[in-house]
Formats: sequence, structure tokens, C-alpha cells
Amino acid sequence: MTERIRRPAGRILVAAIALCVLPLHAATLTVGVLSRADDERLDSRQVELAYLGHPGGAPAQAVGVAIKESQFELDAADLKIKIETATARDAADARAQMQRLEKAGAVGIVLDLPADWIARAAPAIKIALFNAGEPDDVLRAGQCLPNLLHTYPSERMRADALAQTLAVRRWSKVLVLHGTTADDTTRLATVQASIKRFGLKPVAVRPFKISADPRERDLANPLLLTANLDYDVVWVVDTDGEFARQLPYRISLPRPVVGDGGLFAVAWAPNFERFGAPQLARRFQRGLGRPMTGHDWAAWIATKAILQAALDKAMTPAAQLKALVQPGFTLDGFKGVRLSFRAWDRQLRQPLLLTDGQGVIGLAPAEGILHPTNVLDTLGADAPEGLCKTR
Amino acid sequence: MISRLHRHLLWSALGMLALATAAHAKDTGMAFVSSEKDNALAVIDVKTLAIAGTIPTCKRPRHMQFLPDGTTLMVACGDSNRADLVDVAARKVVGNIPLGDDPEAFDLSPDGKLAYVSNEEDGALNVVDLASKKIIKSIPVGKEPEGVKTSPDGSRVYVTSEVANMVHVIDPTAGKVVKNIQVGKRPRRFALSADGSELWVSNELGASISIISTRDLAVVQTINFEVKGMRPDDITPVGLTLARDGKTMFVALGRASHVAFVDVASRKTNNLVLVGKRAWNVALNRDGSRLYVANGLSDDVTVIDIAQAKAIKTVPVGRVPYMVVVDD
Repeated sequence: MTERIRRPAGRILVAAIALCVLPLHAATLTVGVLSRADDERLDSRQVELAYLGHPGGAPAQAVGVAIKESQFELDAADLKIKIETATARDAADARAQMQRLEKAGAVGIVLDLPADWIARAAPAIKIALFNAGEPDDVLRAGQCLPNLLHTYPSERMRADALAQTLAVRRWSKVLVLHGTTADDTTRLATVQASIKRFGLKPVAVRPFKISADPRERDLANPLLLTANLDYDVVWVVDTDGEFARQLPYRISLPRPVVGDGGLFAVAWAPNFERFGAPQLARRFQRGLGRPMTGHDWAAWIATKAILQAALDKAMTPAAQLKALVQPGFTLDGFKGVRLSFRAWDRQLRQPLLLTDGQGVIGLAPAEGILHPTNVLDTLGADAPEGLCKTR
Repeated sequence: MISRLHRHLLWSALGMLALATAAHAKDTGMAFVSSEKDNALAVIDVKTLAIAGTIPTCKRPRHMQFLPDGTTLMVACGDSNRADLVDVAARKVVGNIPLGDDPEAFDLSPDGKLAYVSNEEDGALNVVDLASKKIIKSIPVGKEPEGVKTSPDGSRVYVTSEVANMVHVIDPTAGKVVKNIQVGKRPRRFALSADGSELWVSNELGASISIISTRDLAVVQTINFEVKGMRPDDITPVGLTLARDGKTMFVALGRASHVAFVDVASRKTNNLVLVGKRAWNVALNRDGSRLYVANGLSDDVTVIDIAQAKAIKTVPVGRVPYMVVVDD
């Protein structure tokens, strides 16, 4: 097909069709959405627990909110949007689904998939892929791709946000408690690096374990885990969330808890009150009958990016990708500042919200934290580190 | 109450002269500051620049404007879906008008009979008849409409949409959008030039002002702001107002915590005055010698002496101040 278009006659034919057709029919843009089949995270019992940082629903819902919100501009530009949703069972299926969506003419695909599925499937795809749910830093470093953009904040951005906040408060003595799953181990390393980067002092690093074996019960006892030490704050790494939720107010000293319990750094919180956030949160709640989570925000802003590029006349996949990473391409994420994709790893730079689940206590970057070019780049991997080699 | 309002509207029918006379007749010597989080207005004595009291209002008061009588302040409340009418001399609410869901800003028709209200939640401009207290029209616009400005002859209403990044030009009689003008990112507020030929629009996330020709209904120029020591991302212009002599536009630069004095003719920023955090809306006193700036993040109002281009005092007010109206 592309061969034919390259031939002059083919090009003229295509142009002629475009001339005849465009004024009569609105242009249609296809947006792909790919998520996991039978997603355990979205089981109703799991969603009811409402752990901060966990998803609250399928990404296609937030994609729909973004399109609806933009209807006036889309109508004015005579642009129609089609959402093409798909689910995948594993990495190979994810690749097949991405290829199918690419072939179906999608200009971009919003993804909520595990990191290793993305890492294995994405290299086969040319169109823009928006990682809207996976925080793993490896996708922004060793596994980065020129067409893989990240609207969900990375794990490191989250850890940096909390570490800066502690540094600014001068709560520098940190007791780290962590789980022992593979995810916990990776995330612990990220937290430790952030602690070091912002000059905090880890006074101890202790594993906890929720176990079926009664002889191991002490390994999940908050009092025992936090005794006989002096610290300003407890930082808990618990990907699952069950242990961390029970930690605040149950430790041996009257100290705050941060990380996966107590104070969290998240992409979005439904009770954020600044920068027009309540309007977006209400639109979402009203449309879907549930609060908007960080995952929803990431899928929503990814869609807004696609629509904004399309309204700027980037209608083909190649034009989209080019437009999205232009230095002047900025997005309004209802966080009070302009957001844009980092040139070096395609991560959307953004403030993070610090919340205890009841209210938004503050924002990161923390006040007083400085950066030579853009203070948002104090969260996550910065350009000079050169962690993403393929641009 | 209604009869009183009718009386006010009769007054307004006499025209601008009546407005000026009425306003002069009832000077309170106070400035009123709406505070989004306190459901109240802070009252500042303009002579001493001290707090003289507070006036409880409906929930989340934001935009305020005097009715043509010059003594009734109409205060739009986002969380109460109405406006309270505040008798500024008595310092109390004397009535209210339903405005539709989540009203943010409004402007009045030149005859003072209608209010054009931006309704953030609905993405609509509601037309409210003040005498009957009825919403008589609802005109769909882009999501999150904010700033509203009626043309001096009343034939057009301009509305910004923060999400669509547009200025909608509305024919209020026909009740429809006649033109959409693409401006910068997150457009907020309006001010007209002295001769009415230019409409200035602040773009909060565009760090700029779009100047629209009211004849051609097109953007003729964009003014980008620069503040020494600040990055473009920190410059978020919102409130703006024209100096009494028509030569200078005062633009609050939001997170950049400065107010820019922009020369209307040359488009150049001649002065930058340091104020509080997230400088939001700006208002002049009657003789145009002072500018009051609501600082949304530091919960205070900065008073600027315009001749000296200097902040003379910062007055603590309620939480999340939104707008100031000066009645000196």
C-alpha cells in the first residue's frame, strides 16, 4: 500500500480523493485503547479497597471523558473520533493487538499493560504508544523507544516527590519498611536511590512479611518492626497495599508514614481543589459514577495529547508522533503548569499530588527545590543521566 | 425585594449618567474581596487599608460586579448555583438570583437587565433575566467557560473556554455562537481597549495575552510575557484591567507573583510590580491611582500605587481570594 502511494500517480489519486471527500465528510481519527484481559486489579472487591495508586476502572472510560470534554472543539474542526478498544492476555497477544490497531488506522494507542508486555510488544509498532498505567522505570531507560510515551508518572518520579518533600521538611531520618515481592524489591531500590539523591539518612531498612505461617506473625507487627530506633518518618514500600494501609498510627513512635501508606505521591486525586481540578474530577464522577484515579488521569491526558495534536492538524500517525514531542507541544493537565514530554525518555513531565487519601496536602516539586531548566525535571530521570539510549 | 430590584433597573434605564450618579451617591469607602473558601467577602477600609469586617455570602463566592444602582453588589457563588445580592452600605445579603450549575463569572447587558453567566459545569453561557430571576437561555460553549464580556453596544458577548482554548463570540439575541476564535492555552479573562476596538484575553497556560480585533473577530497580536528570574512556565496571566486613562493594561501574572504594566500602544511591559502568590484578579479604585490585586495562594490583597509602580501594602484577607471590587 505504501509503495503505491509513493508512486506519483498514486499520490495524485490520493490527493484527488482527499479533495473530493474532505469538504463533504468530517475526518475521522481512530484512537486505540489496549488493556489487560480479565484484569485482577479491576475485580470489584479489589476496586472497593481503593488503594491509592491502584486503578479504579478500564482506561477506555477516561479516554471517553477526554473526548467528550473536547466535543466542542472537535465539532468546530469537523473532526470525528473513534475509540477502538482491545484487551490482551499476554505479551504476544499484546503485540498482535497493537499490530491490529495499527493496521486499523489508529493514530496512537493508550496502554494499560504490565511493563514486560510493553517491553516485548512495543518494538514491533511504529505509531505512538502511550503508557498510561505502568510506573516501571525500565520502560523509560533500558527499554525506552522513540514512539513509547509515558503519561503515567514513573516510580522514580513518585519516590523523588516524597523524598523532596521530606528533605524540605527536614525529616531526614528515614526508616524503610518493605515487602518482599519482586515488584517490592525493584521499587525499594528506587526509593533508596531517591533517599540518597535528596540527602536523607536511611536509619534502617527492614522487610515485613504477611504470612500464612503463624510462626512468622511478628514479621508483620508494626510495633516490633518500628521499635528500638530513632527516626523522623517511616517510608513503606508495599506494592500490594494491605500492610501499608494498616501502618499509620500503629508504629512505636509518633511519626508520620509515607510511601504506600500515610502520605502518597500520585498523578491525580479526586479531591484536588486547585487549578480547575474540581471541574475535571466532577465531570469524571458524573460521567462514570466513580472517582478519578491517577491511572484515569494518565489515560485522559494521553487522549488529550492525541486530540490536541489532531486539532493542530497532525492527522497521520507519523505527524502525530512528530507533533507530540515538539518542544513547544504543551498540555493542560489541570495541575497549574504546562506539561510536556521529555525529549530524552518521552516521559510527561508533571507535578505530583501529595495526598493521604482525604485531601491533597501539597504538590511536588516541593517549594525550594531547584533545577537549571525546568523544576519538574527534578522528578524522575533527568537528561544528563542518559538512561534512555534510543531516541 | 423584587420591587427594589425593579427600581434599580429603572435607574439603569436612565443610562450611564444615572449609574455614575448613583455610584457617587453611595460611596462606602470600602473594597470587597470574595474568598472562595470562606463563603464570605472581606471588607477593606480603603483609607486605612485595614480589614473593616466580613460579609457572609453563598458558598464559594467568586466573580462580583455592581448592579447599575451602584449600591448592590452581585456575587456569583460556584457551589450555591446562585448569586447573592449584597447591599454594600448595610453589608448584608438582601436577595439572590439563581444562575445555573457552577457559575463562575458574568457580565451584565448594557441596560443592566440581563446577566450573562459562564457555567463551568455545563459548558454553557446562561442568560439570566435579573427582574424575573429566571434563566431565559442557555447557550452551549466549550467546556469550562470562564471570562465573560459584553460589548459596549450589547450586540455581542465574548466568553472564554478554558478547555477548548477558544473565545466564543455570541450573539445574545439569537442565542448562538457566531464565531469561535482560537487563542492561547487556558484563556481566562477579558479587557477591552478604551475605544473598544481591541479585546485583550489572558491565556493562563499560554503565558500570554491574545489581542482580538473586535471588527475582524480575529487575533491580531499575541503578547508574551517575560519576567527576569522567572521561567515561562511560571508565568500564568489571569486578571487584567485597563487604566482609567486607557493607556496601560494591568495584567496579573499568576504564579510569577507580579503585575505587569503593559503599554497598550507599544505592547511593551513598562513595569513589573512584585505582589503576593498567584496574583489573580485586579481592580482599580475610582480615580485610577491604586490597583488592588487578589493573591490566590497567599490569601492576601496587595495594593499598588500606580504612579510609583510600587506595592504600598499587603492586606491579609479570607482564604483563596478571587476578586476585588473597590467602592471608594
